[in-house]
Amino acid sequence: MSTLEIRDLHVAVDTDTGDKEILRGVDLVVRADEIHAIMGPNGSGKSTLAYSIAGHPKYRVTRGTVTLDGDDVLAMSVDARARAGLFLAMQYPVEVPGVSVSNFLRTAKTAIDGQPPKLRSWVKDVKAAMDGLNIDPAFAERDLNTGFSGGEKKRHEILQLDLLDPNVAILDETDSGLDIDALRVVADGVNRFHRRGGKGVLLITHYTRILRYISPDFVHVFVDGRIAEEGGPDLAEKLEIEGYVGYVGTSA
Amino acid sequence: MTIITEHSHGPGASHGSSLHRFASFDVDAHDIPRGREEAWRFTPMVRLRNLHVDAPLDGHDYEITVDADPPVQVRNGEASDALRGASGYVPVDRVSARAWAAADKVLALTFPAEAVSERPTVVRMRGLSAEKPAAGHLVVAAQPYSRAVLVVEHEGSAAFVDHVEIVVEDGAQLTVVTLQDWADDAVQLSYHHARVGREASVKHVVVTFGGDLVRTSTSLDYAGPGGEAELLGMYFVDAGQHVENRLFVDHNTPHARSNVEYKGALQGDGAHAVWVGDVLIRPEALGIKTFELNRNLVLTDGARADSVPNLEIETGEIEGAGHASATGRFDDEQLFYLQARGISPEQARRLVVRGFFTSLINRIGVPQLAERLSGAVDRELAISEATEARHR
Ligand SMILES: Nc1ncnc2c1ncn2[C@@H]1O[C@H](COP(=O)(O)OP(=O)(O)O)[C@@H](O)[C@H]1O
Ligand SMILES: [Mg+2]
Repeated sequence: MSTLEIRDLHVAVDTDTGDKEILRGVDLVVRADEIHAIMGPNGSGKSTLAYSIAGHPKYRVTRGTVTLDGDDVLAMSVDARARAGLFLAMQYPVEVPGVSVSNFLRTAKTAIDGQPPKLRSWVKDVKAAMDGLNIDPAFAERDLNTGFSGGEKKRHEILQLDLLDPNVAILDETDSGLDIDALRVVADGVNRFHRRGGKGVLLITHYTRILRYISPDFVHVFVDGRIAEEGGPDLAEKLEIEGYVGYVGTSA
Repeated sequence: MTIITEHSHGPGASHGSSLHRFASFDVDAHDIPRGREEAWRFTPMVRLRNLHVDAPLDGHDYEITVDADPPVQVRNGEASDALRGASGYVPVDRVSARAWAAADKVLALTFPAEAVSERPTVVRMRGLSAEKPAAGHLVVAAQPYSRAVLVVEHEGSAAFVDHVEIVVEDGAQLTVVTLQDWADDAVQLSYHHARVGREASVKHVVVTFGGDLVRTSTSLDYAGPGGEAELLGMYFVDAGQHVENRLFVDHNTPHARSNVEYKGALQGDGAHAVWVGDVLIRPEALGIKTFELNRNLVLTDGARADSVPNLEIETGEIEGAGHASATGRFDDEQLFYLQARGISPEQARRLVVRGFFTSLINRIGVPQLAERLSGAVDRELAISEATEARHR
């Protein structure tokens, strides 16, 4: 049971031409058992929000707070945030040659739990999780994200979500680039995670189509570094029909 | 930041200065290197302890043990041993000529024809002191259609100049791994030469972890067509260490293959790695194929890697020739990804560096060594973690 609370978050990146402010005052509360969808045009700052919560060193918080059950997330190192129960499924998972998926998963699980998983049940859990996501068992011996197709990378992110079992999951465009079958598999994985109870989900997406399979409790429209409008599932339906035209003046 | 230079040379391409090298057994036919010469320009001459000038090479402060199963033949021979010179090697510089003249013993290993040795043969050299420089000479002969693995290990303190001659006769398959895990005061200048027979294959591996200055020159040529050579190297260079690997592949027969892959990690002030990969493709080397690769991972400020690939092509009729060289730093995105899964920064670095070497260790293909090499990488990383912790 966790509550992620984001208050007046301002984030900048260093560029050649000086500081560039990307997030300009984000307020958002994700409580246990809630699914929030963040929708917005490309370049509106959705990934920046996700990376900032996870602690990517490129992004600098200039104002505001992020807390998890009252604890100051911004004061934590990247790995401490993950151990505190935050998980970010990345839009572009990073290739790490020479590190096998199975070694990576075991190392991450050990780090999160503070102790190595029991070997027998772990092997079973990994196999079951891979089955559930239609992942070939041979996948475990491949190098982490190296040479994975787009769909394989996204399924592998959800595999980690399943096995690492965080309290709050942020999914950054996990639906992008997936064909309809893969989209269903991924959505089922997210729904199974959510049904475990007590889990918060922040689903970042550009398109409405994943919302046919995952039902959000709240929808936020993200434009130009802040939340421009929020509402219930019906807001997603409105976006489906009208796009982002009303917010940015183009249908980007 | 990653700097990558990559070139492919189509048939007919040619560049660079001549790789045809002067060679002679006569010490005085070679000038005393001063450090400006192409072959010595990266080497810190002051740390050579006069091995290149006139330091006597008559020390014997070392122990050698050989662990070999029958039918491997081991002979602790005199300087006049029949196998000496069997690789066709002729000294290419003054240091080599001096050591050739000074070595008073020859360790000769023969893998008899058609014999298949399951277990690696191991030669261990333990240096007892770096006070009195020594000269060593090892000859390894793999007779026709034999199959064997030889591991030569170096540890302890020494000022050592040595030759390793490798003769791979027709159809033989030989792996030679040399492991330099010296103490901090050791200096080694090593000259390896392999001659690869018809349809024979050799895998030559240079692993360097410890030592003040370790400079290994490896040359290779072919005694017949169709030979295959894999020249692999792995190094981990710490503060103040100089590790230099110089390769010269002489494609002097048709239809041969050569593949060079050296990978190294560097950390700490004054850590210096040098890799020079020369490949000469002579007019008679029709239909050959060669590729060489050097990759360096620079883990901290103050470390430096020099990487110089050089191809000289004298025939248009080749199948392929290319080289690649890249020197990079830790990839922050990789470290972030791992840490975002709860993995500590130290362990993330360890995973990435281990991963950097994994494919190479697999390629070395000696299971008895694999765990030891990964373990050595972990120990080296522990050094930099301790240093960093002190600075924090
Ligand atoms: N490291 C960076 N350096 C400079 N600009 C950046 C950087 N990261 C993101 N931006 C800019 O910030 C804006 C928001 O990017 P991003 O958060 O990726 O948007 P989204 O995920 O909504 O597509 C874009 O204009 C992008 O170009
Ligand atoms: Mg994005």
